[in-house]
Amino acid sequence: MKERLIGFLLFMSALVSIASLAVITFFIFEAGLPLIFRVGIGNFLQNSIWQPSGKTPQFGIAAMILGSVWVTLGAIMIGVPLGLAVAIFSAELAPPWLAAVIRPVLQLLAGIPSVIYGFIGLTILAPVVRAAFGGPGLSVVTAALILGIMILPSIVSISEDALRAVPRAYRDGALAVGATQWQTIWRVLVPAARSGIVASIILGMGRALGETMAVIMMLGNALQVPRSPLDSATTLTSNIGLELAYASGQHREALFATGVVLFVLIMILNLLANVFTGRLVLWRSRAPSLSTMRTLWRNRVPASDRRSS
Amino acid sequence: MNRQLSQRFAFGLLWSAASATIIILAIIVMFIMVQGLPYVNLAFLTGGPIAQGREGGILPAILGTFALGALSLIIAVPLGVGAAVFLTEYTRPSPLTTIMRFGTDSLAGVPSIIFGLFGFIFFVTRLNLGWSLLAGGLTIALMVLPTLIRTAEEAIRAVPVAYREVSYGLGASRWQMVRTVVLPNALPGIVTGIILSFGRAVGETAAVIFTAGTALNIPTSVLSPTRTMAVHFYILAVEGISLPKAYATGAVLIATILVINVVANLLITRGVARAVRR
Repeated sequence: MKERLIGFLLFMSALVSIASLAVITFFIFEAGLPLIFRVGIGNFLQNSIWQPSGKTPQFGIAAMILGSVWVTLGAIMIGVPLGLAVAIFSAELAPPWLAAVIRPVLQLLAGIPSVIYGFIGLTILAPVVRAAFGGPGLSVVTAALILGIMILPSIVSISEDALRAVPRAYRDGALAVGATQWQTIWRVLVPAARSGIVASIILGMGRALGETMAVIMMLGNALQVPRSPLDSATTLTSNIGLELAYASGQHREALFATGVVLFVLIMILNLLANVFTGRLVLWRSRAPSLSTMRTLWRNRVPASDRRSS
Repeated sequence: MNRQLSQRFAFGLLWSAASATIIILAIIVMFIMVQGLPYVNLAFLTGGPIAQGREGGILPAILGTFALGALSLIIAVPLGVGAAVFLTEYTRPSPLTTIMRFGTDSLAGVPSIIFGLFGFIFFVTRLNLGWSLLAGGLTIALMVLPTLIRTAEEAIRAVPVAYREVSYGLGASRWQMVRTVVLPNALPGIVTGIILSFGRAVGETAAVIFTAGTALNIPTSVLSPTRTMAVHFYILAVEGISLPKAYATGAVLIATILVINVVANLLITRGVARAVRR
């Protein structure tokens, strides 16, 4: 009896995450969807005028969507090359003592609060950008540079896992046919770890797209469509973060509607990442999977035995 | 280009990327510490703020931070460890566990501002908890749940199967086996997850500001609103209340995160050492 009760309680706690995901989805959509339907999806997404409290209020989030896209792509341009390089370095090149330094460094980078990153962007990087390239300093470039560093830990950890999961035989085989270590890495290991690396990029995009406080501090929060990387802008997240505290009525609904758009984008990215890591199987192919074939190959009868039998 | 030469060039780039990462971390930590530590003293740590934080200390924010972290862990740890035990010991892979894992993975990817929106509309407004430690704690509990589940699962899976077999062999029931064999042996890993989750609660801003509020009082009950150090730092810096106090708060915040990470790492290395000794 006690055993069964405990089993049931454990089962219930395992259900909590999927249940809370459902509840979160429900409440965000319930609070945001009515406004989207009233304004019209097309108008909501394509109108770049956001005047939530005017006499004829306008709710268009096009400027914020573009701001989010610019900043996210910028962050990817910084974070992916750097992250992939660090992942390759830790998986293949780093002497053990250095790998033992890099791991906690990345862990700490992941642990530093986003407000600290935003503050660094605001006080150190923005003046540098202003002095070097002109413009307001609080700009897409500034935000992208800092966000690129913020997403580094997730990109490195997933890519590194993928690189380490490449079977030894691939590496040995490439080296045995005379490839240099770098050719082995670039032509064999990286392509073999491709799906994990793609997943890490997608998750990095999700991180950058979802970041709020740091972006508020670095992007200048100008309600405009950015024309150049040196312009100030605003994003889906930063607009919610700035206005939720005082918004009411339709205005608050519009912020939840913005949240709906953000949530949908993030869930699409999550799904894609899950497909790429193979954690979520959408369809099962009839052909034996690569891992099955690998197992078959590994358990094959050695040639010497075959001849004798 | 000669292939030896291109290898040299590529390895040079990899080395610089790795060094750049370490240097960036050093710059961030040093900058805040050098600017902030001179303003940190006992009065700052144990005093209340004066004039919105322009003068005085940050005691309410320190207490608020620890109270919020503790409350969210009290809620999340039993659920997270329970979920991990269920997924590892009580079930086989099935469509249901796939759905559960999908829920955990997706929850981990939900950005904090969405948690903020949800906590605000659900805990603060719908359940009428107001801006309070409890609303904030519940929200953060959901945020840290995936980390807790994953670390606990890993720790539990690392417990050798033979231990379980011995326990069953002695006639233990499944729960007796979990309680006396699996959980004690997985404890270092589970504690690491708890500490890292605490770090997440300490550093979080977007979700906290809309659920726990920004009140600068020492919280007296789970229903009092509070302001964490991260939120205090944000308000001081963005509203331009006091830059020295912002730096000082930032220094305390970074120091807290450093301590949390060092402790978590010590536990990880200990766990590894133990696994090797086996």
